[in-house]
Amino acid sequence: MSAAEFLNMGGYAFYVWGSFGVTAAAFLIEIALVRHKRSLTLQQLRLMREAGDEA
Amino acid sequence: MAINWFKYSAPSTFYALAGKLIPFVAIAAAILFVLGLYIGFFVAPVDAVQGEAYRIIFIHVPASIISMFLYLVMAGYAALGLIFNTRLSSMMASAIAPTGALFAFISLWTGALWGKPMWGAWWVWDARLTSELILLFLYFGFIALHASIDDARRADKAAALLAIVGSVNVPIIYFSVKWWNTLHQGSTIKFTGSTMHVAMQQGMFITLAACWLYAISITLLRVRSIILERERNTQWVSELSEVKA
Repeated sequence: MSAAEFLNMGGYAFYVWGSFGVTAAAFLIEIALVRHKRSLTLQQLRLMREAGDEA
Repeated sequence: MAINWFKYSAPSTFYALAGKLIPFVAIAAAILFVLGLYIGFFVAPVDAVQGEAYRIIFIHVPASIISMFLYLVMAGYAALGLIFNTRLSSMMASAIAPTGALFAFISLWTGALWGKPMWGAWWVWDARLTSELILLFLYFGFIALHASIDDARRADKAAALLAIVGSVNVPIIYFSVKWWNTLHQGSTIKFTGSTMHVAMQQGMFITLAACWLYAISITLLRVRSIILERERNTQWVSELSEVKA
């Protein structure tokens, strides 16, 4: 089986790759969002801590 | 040996434990995804009826199972939080909800992309599809209700009730293909007399395990932020090295 044949998925390329592509994108977006949220939370805590130290 | 079951119900100990677990679970998930998809695309044969399009099964079935399973786990944690008043249980329920919604979305999305070439329709108001759509809305409802109440502990309680009542939908999804005459095919996973090719089964079970581990790792990552946010005024949070840095 050639690479082109594989990518063609017997004519169902749009449906098969549309499923796996969107799933992969969804996972990557979720990972990015959750990691971003963690860095925001930590940043906020550091600011709180600094404000507390000054007071 | 006496095990102190409540030790890890303290947010501070669980925060540290989750931090240690995440890399292992995430790496295991990645390995299983690669292995499962390799088997799914290169080892499993072409389907006699559906051709190559059936390969959507390697994400559609695992995502659907995980979307239902996560709902029950979420409702279970929410119920624990309601009964025992354990803060961490409620935080876990909140951490699971977005990932559960994501899996319900993937289930519907891949189902639509599978339905179009096989049934000729992206969507039909069929019992299986409709009850899965309701599952997605239940996740949204849980998230929205929790977000709409300022006091976190009160939000936990209200959202927990919604989650518990909504869990009646999960058996409806599962049995929908038996109870109603639907367009959707019967259960793929049968306990006896499965007619699937063994490589198809292996590929599907491995991607199922991968999805499950992915859900665990992303939930743990998310719950760590929720713990920090909700415990922000405690001594242990202000003494964390990542906060001091």
